[in-house]
Amino acid sequence: MSSIGTGYDLSVTTFSPDGRVFQIEYATKAVDNSGTVVGIKCKDGVVLGVEKLIPSKMLLEGSNRRIHAVHKHAGMAVAGLAADGRQIVARARSEASQYLSFYGEDIPIKELCDRVARYVHLCTLYWWLRPFGSATILGGYDRDGPQLYMIEPSGVAYRYFGAAIGKGRQAAKTAIEKLKLSEMTCREGILAVAKIIYEVHDEAKDKAFELELSWVCDESNKQHQRVPADLLEEAKAAAKAAKDALDEDEGMDAD
Amino acid sequence: MDAHGPHGPYTTIMAVEYNGGVILGADSRTTTGVYVANRASDKITQLTDNVYLCRSGSAADTQVVSDYVRYFLNQHTIQLGREATVKTAATLVKELAYQNKSFLQAGMIVAGWDKYDGGSVYAVPLGGTLLRLPFATGGSGSSYLYGFLDQAWRPHMSKDEAERFVVKSIALAIARDGASGGVVRTVTVNEHGAERNFFAGDKLPLFHEEIPPGRNSLLA
Repeated sequence: MSSIGTGYDLSVTTFSPDGRVFQIEYATKAVDNSGTVVGIKCKDGVVLGVEKLIPSKMLLEGSNRRIHAVHKHAGMAVAGLAADGRQIVARARSEASQYLSFYGEDIPIKELCDRVARYVHLCTLYWWLRPFGSATILGGYDRDGPQLYMIEPSGVAYRYFGAAIGKGRQAAKTAIEKLKLSEMTCREGILAVAKIIYEVHDEAKDKAFELELSWVCDESNKQHQRVPADLLEEAKAAAKAAKDALDEDEGMDAD
Repeated sequence: MDAHGPHGPYTTIMAVEYNGGVILGADSRTTTGVYVANRASDKITQLTDNVYLCRSGSAADTQVVSDYVRYFLNQHTIQLGREATVKTAATLVKELAYQNKSFLQAGMIVAGWDKYDGGSVYAVPLGGTLLRLPFATGGSGSSYLYGFLDQAWRPHMSKDEAERFVVKSIALAIARDGASGGVVRTVTVNEHGAERNFFAGDKLPLFHEEIPPGRNSLLA
């Protein structure tokens, strides 16, 4: 899968002979090595979840948030280089705020996604800038209903029913595909996302992690917010139980 | 006669919400001093298919503002993929009016119909306030209308009632305000689109001590 772009990978303004821009691909690697981020669009809203890997026991719980509010009706979950992600979120907030000032209305989620994607792409066009080493999953609820978008370091953005980035994305995508999203409410979606993140977390390679969950749905009054504490605990407990059951099963099979 | 003098805010404009849309109305007199530069002008300008603008104050200023807003709304509609809301149009008018308040003399009323808020009327007077109202009036003739509108306006009028109401109001203002006159133009905007109407002098109601129109001795 990986190839060496000797000589053609020194600058983001250089194409390789087979039409690739290696710097962007390397930026994507930074995303691939980060904790898993999952987003799903249920019938009444969007749920975002992050496997926030904790590098040190000295970190305060709840710090270094990976899910950020962009506007009343939209939020973003970030994977990859955290500082790069912060910049992208800052830009998204600024776009949303300016749109409201200028047009008198909340920015449509599609428009917000376009603006952020354009900005991320902009940073791949100049040799004196480097591409963002982070991808973001944008979830929001506007007049056209709930929507989920993902913006990659290349500046490409698509609309999704379900999306996953980071270390466990392959397994997460497989699990998402099994879900019946069009029939699921966000309450059920929270449990599903928590289960997926616990499932893909590799306990051997990574130590502790913290689960961050947010939603924007009818129940939250179409506002983006962290999942209420009681629902979060419920989701964590259910996910842990499911994982333990799975581990037990695997243990038995090994015998 | 000073043809290069200020074309003042000498006008009567108004807009009202009715059951299903809005009706905009205006007189048609443009004056430079006491000379009537245009007795059949059109003070109601289109911004989009579903939003119209009443202009009072400096004709140049209001024309430029409406040109800019029409341009922005056109781009916005293409990018958004659906028609712009009246609120957005009014916000754009307000931005221009407020940010350039020291240069402009423009009193405007934005009114139209969109599927989210139905018929809406927004007043953007001198200074650049943005105020949503069930009915609004502007120009020099408006002074004579405030009391009448406060007393006579009712919510949920039918289209015909509302149109008669607008025509009567403008006619009242024309009767008393020297800077307003000519014909009454109306534009009705609802979910089916926009419709222009025109009421010549002889179609307008007459009030206290007004002489009925008809043949005068010179025409005989």
